[in-house]
Amino acid sequence: MSMTPQEYDAINQRYSPASKGWKTIPLAWLFGGLICCIGQAFSDCYSALGLEKDIASAGVSITLVFLAALLTGFGIYDNIAKYGGAGCLVPITGFSNAVSSPALEFKSEGLILGLGAKMFVIAGPVIVYGTAASIIYGLIIYLFHLY
Amino acid sequence: MDWMMYIKTFLIGGALCAIGQALIDYTKLTPARILVSYVVAGVILGGLGLYQPLVDFAGAGATVPLTGFGWLLSKGVKEAVAEKGLLGILSGGLTATSAGIAAAVFFGLVFALIFKPKDKN
Amino acid sequence: MPYRIGKYTLALEKPPIILSCASVGSKKEGEGPLKDCFDYMEQDSYFGQNTWEKAESRIQREAVNRALAKGELDPSDIDYVFAGDLLNQCTSSVYGLRELGIPLFGLYGACSTMAESLSLASIFVDSGAGGKCVAVTSSHFCSAERQFRFPLEYAGQRTPTSQWTVTGGGAAVIGRGEAPPFIRAITTGTVEDYGIKDANNMGAAMAPAASATICRFFKDTGLQPDQFDMIVTGDLGYVGSGILLELTEKEGIDIHRQHQDCGLLIFDREKQPEVQAGGSGCGCSGSVLCGHILPQIQKGSLKNVLFIATGALMSTTSVQQGDTIPGIAHLVYLSFNMEDIKFTNPEKNCCVHGGRKGGA
Repeated sequence: MSMTPQEYDAINQRYSPASKGWKTIPLAWLFGGLICCIGQAFSDCYSALGLEKDIASAGVSITLVFLAALLTGFGIYDNIAKYGGAGCLVPITGFSNAVSSPALEFKSEGLILGLGAKMFVIAGPVIVYGTAASIIYGLIIYLFHLY
Repeated sequence: MDWMMYIKTFLIGGALCAIGQALIDYTKLTPARILVSYVVAGVILGGLGLYQPLVDFAGAGATVPLTGFGWLLSKGVKEAVAEKGLLGILSGGLTATSAGIAAAVFFGLVFALIFKPKDKN
Repeated sequence: MPYRIGKYTLALEKPPIILSCASVGSKKEGEGPLKDCFDYMEQDSYFGQNTWEKAESRIQREAVNRALAKGELDPSDIDYVFAGDLLNQCTSSVYGLRELGIPLFGLYGACSTMAESLSLASIFVDSGAGGKCVAVTSSHFCSAERQFRFPLEYAGQRTPTSQWTVTGGGAAVIGRGEAPPFIRAITTGTVEDYGIKDANNMGAAMAPAASATICRFFKDTGLQPDQFDMIVTGDLGYVGSGILLELTEKEGIDIHRQHQDCGLLIFDREKQPEVQAGGSGCGCSGSVLCGHILPQIQKGSLKNVLFIATGALMSTTSVQQGDTIPGIAHLVYLSFNMEDIKFTNPEKNCCVHGGRKGGA
């Protein structure tokens, strides 16, 4: 059989079912929107309790992270994500799940190199590149006195 | 209760997730790359002053998605540079986001110790 | 002694037989169309162990022990075991078969391992190197996910072209005898790579290898697809099966009527939509062969079958380095009768006893 990778990929495309964007995208919107609304509800509660805005906001993050880690432990979060897709990945709950799921899964390889090290296998890059980007931003505003 | 706020939260938060889903479905980007792009995009938009209006408009709809995490990093750096100068470049980002990261690490550890990986078959 | 017909195919002079075989499955396999075909079915996918890897070892041990028991054999009756699985360094096989005390060849052919182990065991038996040999493979959804993809609890969605690793395994005892199923010939595959990079589309990565091996078998033996009741591929799934039929047709070989795929037989894509494009893993072709196909050849409801297990030969490292995914496919010709079909190699470059006689 003589065929270039491009020719073969054309055949492959014909047999590969397309993603059901008409279904997955609205579902991602729905689940993501709902998670944000839950966050907003906590934010309103904490503000009503008299917490300052920044503290209330940190409290929302902590609460959502806690709930997502708990649901991950029960094995529920990934079942929700089967429907929610990116709606469950993009909010901070997805970040929490990305930390707790490998921690749980690789516990069998020990508490240090299993749980401890593998915890960052998915979420690590987010912290690495987020921090790096913020430092570059800091350098720019420091050098050009933009603060 | 401000129902308008919830509608705005749902629309903006949902839209950010829907964009992520579209990227997963229709590009070759893997979820991990998309999350990294979201955070970096949040830092850039925050740095350019474009994200703050979104936060004012949609509240948790803008802060809960990972772009909000990036925005918080840039906000923290900006405040710390103003306050501490040079050191703030390094300390600002992680200080502002420390609660979320520390919570994820600690709760991840606790629940990993308590639970057993579930049967997915 | 095996003798060569054509460039890629070995005919087995005195066809070895499958003395006994056994298949193992778990919950999801038990909800599929082949639910009644498993000799051992465990609802708990930990198989009573505390890690997924140990569970997979248990699958392999159960498969071999049950195959031996069905043939009223003892591990000491077996001269060699050919075993393989998907995990790094073939640990499921090693730990699973540790206590048996049978000389072991550990194989890695990814999901093609069932045909690879069957091929080698047949050559050993037909050449007289081994009296009775066992071929066994296994796979486990959870151990494979953990090694190749993400943690099970991670909120990732499966893409429509991805396949679901079968939690199961199959073992077959090969020896001498007069009762079917007979192993008539084997065609060993070459590594085929047409540039597929998506680790979630292994069917497309493996289809060219399956096509190449099937075409070579027909060319080498001079046989026609019509002479077979079933041409069953390992785990091409929905995507790979479609591509295979188009590729073979391009080569002038029409296998539409006979073609089946273990990955599509073991799960029902309508009722089990989470499997997406179908089943995969060494345990897929292993359990379907040993639980579904071999018993039908034994009864005579299938007379001539080509079993082509397909493997995607990537590693997590090669995928992360952005390399392409090569595929391989090995073919085993199984029959109900010992000699109703004669090989008529049109190229006349048959070689007897390994020595080349005429031709290329």
